[in-house]
Amino acid sequence: MLSEEEKTEIQKETGQYPYPSAACIDALKIVQHHRGWVSDESVKDIAQFLHMSNEDVEGVATFYSRIYRRPVGRNVILLCDGISCMIMGYESIYEHISKKLGISFGQTTADNRYTLLPISCLGDCDHTPSMMINNDHFNQLTFEKVDEILENYK
Amino acid sequence: MERPLTQHIHSESSPLNLKEYQQVGGYAGVQKALKEMTPAEITNLVKTSNLLGRGGAGFPTGVKWSLVPMDKEEPKYLVCNADEMEPGTFKDRYLLEGNPHQLIAGMIIAAYAIQAQTAYIFLRWAYKKAEAELRKAIAEAYAAGLLGKNILGTGYNLEMNVHSSAGRYICGEETALLNSLEGKRAIPRTKPPFPAISGLFGKPTVVNNVETLCWISHIVENGADWFKGLSLTETGGTKVFGISGKVKKPGLWELPLGTTIREILEVHAGGMLEGYGFRGLLPGGASTDFLIEEHLDVKMDFSTVGAVGSRMGTGTMIILDDKTCPVAFLHNVEKFFALESCGFCTPCREGLPWVVKILEAIENGNGRMEHLDILKQQTKYMGPGNTFCAHAPGAAEPLQSGLNYFHDDFVSHINNKKCPWKS
Repeated sequence: MLSEEEKTEIQKETGQYPYPSAACIDALKIVQHHRGWVSDESVKDIAQFLHMSNEDVEGVATFYSRIYRRPVGRNVILLCDGISCMIMGYESIYEHISKKLGISFGQTTADNRYTLLPISCLGDCDHTPSMMINNDHFNQLTFEKVDEILENYK
Repeated sequence: MERPLTQHIHSESSPLNLKEYQQVGGYAGVQKALKEMTPAEITNLVKTSNLLGRGGAGFPTGVKWSLVPMDKEEPKYLVCNADEMEPGTFKDRYLLEGNPHQLIAGMIIAAYAIQAQTAYIFLRWAYKKAEAELRKAIAEAYAAGLLGKNILGTGYNLEMNVHSSAGRYICGEETALLNSLEGKRAIPRTKPPFPAISGLFGKPTVVNNVETLCWISHIVENGADWFKGLSLTETGGTKVFGISGKVKKPGLWELPLGTTIREILEVHAGGMLEGYGFRGLLPGGASTDFLIEEHLDVKMDFSTVGAVGSRMGTGTMIILDDKTCPVAFLHNVEKFFALESCGFCTPCREGLPWVVKILEAIENGNGRMEHLDILKQQTKYMGPGNTFCAHAPGAAEPLQSGLNYFHDDFVSHINNKKCPWKS
């Protein structure tokens, strides 16, 4: 079931388009914002709310990389693996985070605190390596800087 | 030297708010366009200026606008493509975060020129700071009567929305972007019909890049001749160029079109970092062909870079140094394209993962000489005319030129069964 809050927010988004299904991506993002990810049940709820078929919503949900169809940890680390970051050594930052947290790309720590995912070029190419945690941007990463940043995400 | 696009951007401080931007002359072009010019006059002016699209393809902006049918009363749309995701490209982010009002002013004029009543900014998900600055600036523009109903008392109405996306590089392809804006999977559409005839929600639509739209107000204020005079070549204007990789000062610089690659690399980026040698560069993002030492005196412009077998693309260069393995470089780039393929057409969906697998084998010392023939063959299968959109042909560009310029490195990986750059 969509919460009243989710419904209100989705309704507001539909207002900027000529028909409700155009707000499908916005709706998925709203649900994910409230629940951390998008479950099968949420896909059905959104479909019903926007007068779409479940399959259409599922097709959209699985297409976009920033819609999570599996649960993620409380904090999602998105490490840029783009070419500029590769040249400047993102791989050693990856190994550092991976070793520190005991997870590889695509995995979540046992305490559900962090999920580690790759992301393509963050447009930070003159301040590499770079990453995002949730909605926050960090660049010119060093091992020490990464350690400090991670501490701030409980 | 004039730097119209970046003169009010100071990376250390917040962007100018509406009042501050107006004090330095911002929105003067909007006043002039809406009060003194007809839509056709604006389109003609932009056509005369020969402003070429700054998203990478370099299509003439005025021509794009002139394809919109103006004789019928129907909803029309202007869309700003702010889905910057080309690896190694960071220019639109700088313009969006640094001076959102410049973009909004340009969009108001562009929308007026095609008589659109709704405009969308299709913004990359990850650009959170840009999103916050844009939303703030749009709210200011609404409050000042520069957006909404009866703009500046002229009777012209325009609603402007920010659509923050949900990832995927293919959204930057203009017809895939339109599908995404309609809430669908971002699969490119058949052309024709072109978006100018049947675009967003089936209505006439113009899609322009951020940097392109940032120019419009300046061209209206200063004229086509002024714009042409900014450049060192026959194409008008300056360009936001950038460099990333092992150089002393990676960054962005607004310079005249036609500035040589050498000047950008050696003067503005300060040359290579101590201990690193230059081997090659991708001139305009990951989907452009490699250029090498012999091309350093090439002028950065659409036609001149095209003449030596590459594309100016986004104008943000990625430098390959002598301590980075070219095979690993290409593996990274092709893996990106494989992951970001929308999966709709076969050469792209099947070809790219195959290329990645082979590059990985070569990099790991498991390559065979016949692999090079397969890679070469794939660049043809994925080339122009065989695929639905420009994604796979773009992916083929660095690969085909890389195979050519770094042939010896590929052979060395295969013969010695290991990557020479790995201990």
